[in-house]
Amino acid sequence: MTGNQRKVTRQVAIQTSLILLSVLFAAPLLWMMSTALKPLNETMRTPPVWIPSQFKWGNFSDAFTYNSKELGYIPFLVYGQNTVMITVLAIIGSLVSNALVAYSFARIQWRGRETFFALTIATMMIPFPVMMVPLYALFRDLGWIGTFRPLWVPTFFGSAFNIFLLRQFLRTVPMELSEAAKIDGASEWRTFIDIILPLARPALTVIAVFTFMWAWNDFLGPLIYLTDQKTYTLSMGLQFLQNQHTGTPWNLLMAASLIVIIPVIIVFFFAQKVFIQGIATTGNK
Amino acid sequence: MRGKQDNRMGILFALPWIIGFCLFTALPLLSSLYYSLTSFSILKSPKWIGLDNYKELATDQVFRGALGNTLLFTVASVPLATAAAILLAMLLNTKTKGLAFYRTIFYIPSLVPTIALAVLWLWVFNGEYGLLNEGLKHLGIASPPWLTDPAWTKSTMIIISVWGCGHAMVIYLAGLQDVPQSLFEAAELDGAGLIAKTRHVTIPMISPVILFNVTMGMIGGLQQFALPYVMFPGGQPARSAYFAAMYLYDNAFLYQRMGYASAMGWIMFVITVLLTLAAFRFSRGRVHYEGG
Repeated sequence: MTGNQRKVTRQVAIQTSLILLSVLFAAPLLWMMSTALKPLNETMRTPPVWIPSQFKWGNFSDAFTYNSKELGYIPFLVYGQNTVMITVLAIIGSLVSNALVAYSFARIQWRGRETFFALTIATMMIPFPVMMVPLYALFRDLGWIGTFRPLWVPTFFGSAFNIFLLRQFLRTVPMELSEAAKIDGASEWRTFIDIILPLARPALTVIAVFTFMWAWNDFLGPLIYLTDQKTYTLSMGLQFLQNQHTGTPWNLLMAASLIVIIPVIIVFFFAQKVFIQGIATTGNK
Repeated sequence: MRGKQDNRMGILFALPWIIGFCLFTALPLLSSLYYSLTSFSILKSPKWIGLDNYKELATDQVFRGALGNTLLFTVASVPLATAAAILLAMLLNTKTKGLAFYRTIFYIPSLVPTIALAVLWLWVFNGEYGLLNEGLKHLGIASPPWLTDPAWTKSTMIIISVWGCGHAMVIYLAGLQDVPQSLFEAAELDGAGLIAKTRHVTIPMISPVILFNVTMGMIGGLQQFALPYVMFPGGQPARSAYFAAMYLYDNAFLYQRMGYASAMGWIMFVITVLLTLAAFRFSRGRVHYEGG
């Protein structure tokens, strides 16, 4: 084989594997979309139908108002509002607290800083289940069970992973910038607000996106702390809907799942560039 | 490092986390240790019973089973998902057309929220109308009872975790893109084929990233909850998909045994710490850090 032929063979092999793997990775989601748009009888056909005979966009609104004897009314719209509320509060809390704390760890010299930082990193090893009972007891003593507070108040106090991520970024900003600002008479607070925060925007976007995904995705937290149907989140509503697996039609289940997935995909496409970079930095020590 | 110390400012800026660390991390961790030595429920306050919870756990067959399932799932899914993620990253690190498109296709599954993921795969694995069985039929393979046979439920979960390897893939891809091209060229000049290059250049160069991902994957795998909770309620069939976090949750909130649940939590915590330390011990001398 000549060099050129080898190159072509190589390209064909690479493209073939990429296409085959793409089919494997994309098929479940395409199948979900196809099911979500089908009339019910077409979901139960073998061999399966990929393109629905008619596009039932009504499945989405039916999923929102799904009503059955066993389940009672599932207010998906209310669950959506609840989830958005918790998510927005969590993002605000996460941005405010992690920016302050990461600034302290990255750009202020203080006694015990390195030890406390090492301790902070070590807390990432703590599995949530070990905290489940004591956190429940704590929030019960505060009278917060049944409210959204256990789900968003803690975000105002920082999280180890986000602090770590943001600190790594802030360390790359030259110290000279802060020193120059101080010589000009700027206080630590002014330096933080006027110099560092504007530069940290890409990293803050990553924190916001991560927090969004975490809050949107969270199931165990709401499951433990929320007690009233009216306060449930989308994840819980979806689980509720699914739990009646003999009762709930698959096309509506897929439509409901898509409603949960689509906002995440939209956020991803808008923040794709910073997001991919952000994930990539998590891998660097 | 230059700049003089400013203890007051440093602590002031770090104050949210100092409070958060004490209130939402250290305090719960220690209370959970205390609770694990008590009999405690929503309805009654903790009563000291010493090591009884731990003694009971030692002979609790359900706990042993759940812990076994959890470890088995973690030990199988982490290496498989890691291998898949590295393989995809290597394919995306070649020079060919449509890379951004393929990267997005491989990445999107890892964005799917857990409950939607569970519902989606229940449908794909569905015995009657599921896509997977239909696909296997075309290849002439009789599909196993993915959801109803205790021997298959964990494989089902492993397949799902491999499908969601896109997040790790992005991290590996970034690691691969940092490897100097000259290293590969030098290896090629020495006559190294694809496998030799992978073994002697690629893997060593991204080993710190692998260590990080495997550790995080292990910590996550041991806490597995929402996916099996939705896909296999009660861990059924035959508790084959009953995971430690599910048994802990059931004890705390269903059986009103919060002390017992806390003891399980501490055992899970200790196992996590030991496995993490083992990963770091194993990596010593094997992980290559730039500049020594």
